[in-house]
Amino acid sequence: MLVLEKNALSDEIESFVNQYGNDRASLLQILQAIQRKHKYVSDFAQQEVARLLNIHPVEVYSVITFYSFLCTQPKGRNIVRLCRTISCDMAGKDAVEDAVKRELGISFGETTKDKRITLEYTNCLGMCDQGPAMLVNEKVYTHLDPETAVNILNEIK
Amino acid sequence: MVKRDIRIPVSQQPLVVDKPKDTSTIGGMVSIQINEKKVSVPFGTTILEACKQNQIHIPTLCHHPDLCIAGVCRICVVDVEGMRTLQTACSFPVTTPIRINTSTPMVRKARRHIIDLLLSEHYGECYSCFRNGNCELQALAKEYGVDGYTFGHTDKPGREVDKSSASVIRDMSKCVLCKRCVRTCIDLQEVGVLEAIDRGHETHIGTFLDKPLADVICINCGQCINRCPTAALRANDPSDEIWNAIDNPKKHVIIQTAPSPRAAIGEEFGVEPGHSFTGELNTALRRIGFDKVFDTNFTADLTIIEEGTELLNRLKKVIVDKDESVKLPQFTSCSPGWVKFIEHFYPEYLDYLSTAKSPQQMFGAIMKTFYAKEAGIDPADIVTVALMPCAAKKFECNRPEMTASGYKDIDYGLTTREMAKMIKEAGIHLPEMPKSHFDEPFGDASGAGLIFGATGGVMEAALRTVYELVTGREVPFDNLVIEPCRGFDGVKQASVKLEKCVEKFKFLEGVELKFVVAHGTANAKKVMEMLRRGELNDVHFVEIMACPGGCLGGGGQPIPTNIDIRKKRAEAIYEEEKSLPVRKSHENPHINYIYEKFLTEGPCGHLSHKLLHTHYTKRGKYIS
Repeated sequence: MLVLEKNALSDEIESFVNQYGNDRASLLQILQAIQRKHKYVSDFAQQEVARLLNIHPVEVYSVITFYSFLCTQPKGRNIVRLCRTISCDMAGKDAVEDAVKRELGISFGETTKDKRITLEYTNCLGMCDQGPAMLVNEKVYTHLDPETAVNILNEIK
Repeated sequence: MVKRDIRIPVSQQPLVVDKPKDTSTIGGMVSIQINEKKVSVPFGTTILEACKQNQIHIPTLCHHPDLCIAGVCRICVVDVEGMRTLQTACSFPVTTPIRINTSTPMVRKARRHIIDLLLSEHYGECYSCFRNGNCELQALAKEYGVDGYTFGHTDKPGREVDKSSASVIRDMSKCVLCKRCVRTCIDLQEVGVLEAIDRGHETHIGTFLDKPLADVICINCGQCINRCPTAALRANDPSDEIWNAIDNPKKHVIIQTAPSPRAAIGEEFGVEPGHSFTGELNTALRRIGFDKVFDTNFTADLTIIEEGTELLNRLKKVIVDKDESVKLPQFTSCSPGWVKFIEHFYPEYLDYLSTAKSPQQMFGAIMKTFYAKEAGIDPADIVTVALMPCAAKKFECNRPEMTASGYKDIDYGLTTREMAKMIKEAGIHLPEMPKSHFDEPFGDASGAGLIFGATGGVMEAALRTVYELVTGREVPFDNLVIEPCRGFDGVKQASVKLEKCVEKFKFLEGVELKFVVAHGTANAKKVMEMLRRGELNDVHFVEIMACPGGCLGGGGQPIPTNIDIRKKRAEAIYEEEKSLPVRKSHENPHINYIYEKFLTEGPCGHLSHKLLHTHYTKRGKYIS
């Protein structure tokens, strides 16, 4: 990382800390803000957060690894999460899964070459009555079938 | 409410319940019933404490007297009447009159299941485990009659053993997730290497970014090893290499023993804490096959002379020469854990650290130069072993700058536990050994060197020498016991006034020599923050030991270690010190001999600087 980039990131994190407070209880909000902006929390960002909140970097890392929606490695611009819990599974998740995989040419846990989409599984989205369900960034799509799922993916930029 | 430190996670904070100031008033005491026994306990006492006070045994695993309550292992569950589920005794404060049953069928079954579940993911066989016989999980399994693996048993190691660190080896396949190491590292030592990583069944104790231990900010103090209930954490054991050296007739194997292991090694042989086995250990070491047995206290005396002279030089430069580049207070540099702590967390204050090496490294440098010449042995054939209470000493002897003699000054650092293992392996029962003395020419050390083992010891030893050098009189304390240096308070401050100074030190006339003593790096951090705020501007000398209680509570000491055991070890050291003929470093005849014969330029002279002083690395706390 270049020094300039580091400084910019430090300033940005500092502004988040000013916004949410330097209490350790603000940790999650700060991490979410970083995640929203950069799609991941880098090693350096974790250490900066730790410094500003006066906690240890490993505590920040511990929190990030606990939550699925926070990550330490860069991902695609859009994250597609398919529900794999039993209701969606029985409602035809497998067919959707195969279609999505075929369409993007990647399997779950991977990112497309153009960094457009990352595919992931998620556990229950609470849409058990409307499965199969899929989360695209922050939007939920329900009653999927292979065709609608592929159409949704193709609309993502 | 008590103001809580925002740094500590809520789940790991000690349980704080407001207590009435006078517990004899109505409501101050709570009457409870434990197994048909009616007792009265102070409001807010945990069930575990209440049971302990009434001689009722409750098994614990994640609980440790040095650490805050976690309540994660659940082994201490008891039945509280009226509660839907079983409650953990360690984290349940008594606030109302309750009835507790500690041994119902449900409690016993729950405990058995908890152990079975822990064992199902605990890899390894007890025979081939170094904690065999001293493992808390093993003891619990025995206590609760576990006779099979109800929930299966893993036959593959779950995770790779991390052998990257020179001091601490982590075998996470044996971890039971009690989080004692996490609490030790974050709360007790404030280093923060370890935390729980990931979630659910993937949870493991890991470092920042799951890096190997050698690549993160670990100070190698080994306190985590001392608190691990299983064999998940252990010290890097060099005993096989040492056996090889002993068995090689060409090699001249020298061992130096530090005071703390001698005060604690008996515990490994079933002796109550608080007995020193100095003489017995010397005999045992000779029988094992060490060619020479020396006393680290000799170089502890040397350290005092060098460090004390350095302090006086600094004082002169500051007071007489008004040299602003010279920093005061001077910090001691005997504790390798502390040295690495300041290198990582306060690199901008490294100039405050004394440049004197630790006694262990001074010994190595003297052995492979002066001693080799005197004894007519090629230094290449000398193998120097250091028996230390410390895990960080293993790292220290591997520092690249510790080769002042032209060779690796100290070849191996050995902990008390590993030494006990070697003695047992040789078929020796230590307490039965006849006593014998150390070998010449470094046979006698002063009591000042001996008390290095307890927190405040370096300060006490240094004051005895510095005060006498400056004023020509003994320190004005009864029987040389400088009481303000002793005891287990986290940060101790005191002062001694220098009056009627001798001609050479006239510039110190009337100076109030102020000193601070701290132990455990959490307290070291407090001291450093005080320094940063400018509260230590009038202080001259600071002693810091990385481990709670000083070396006697070191990471290489027998397991378990807790406050009571540390107190007993300190008593043993102070008791032994009283009986010594020489109790001041500068009166040690061997020290005078070495300055006459070898270090002829005197303390802090050119050769001293080459062999006995070192430099430090600004490490910083960022990992890339």
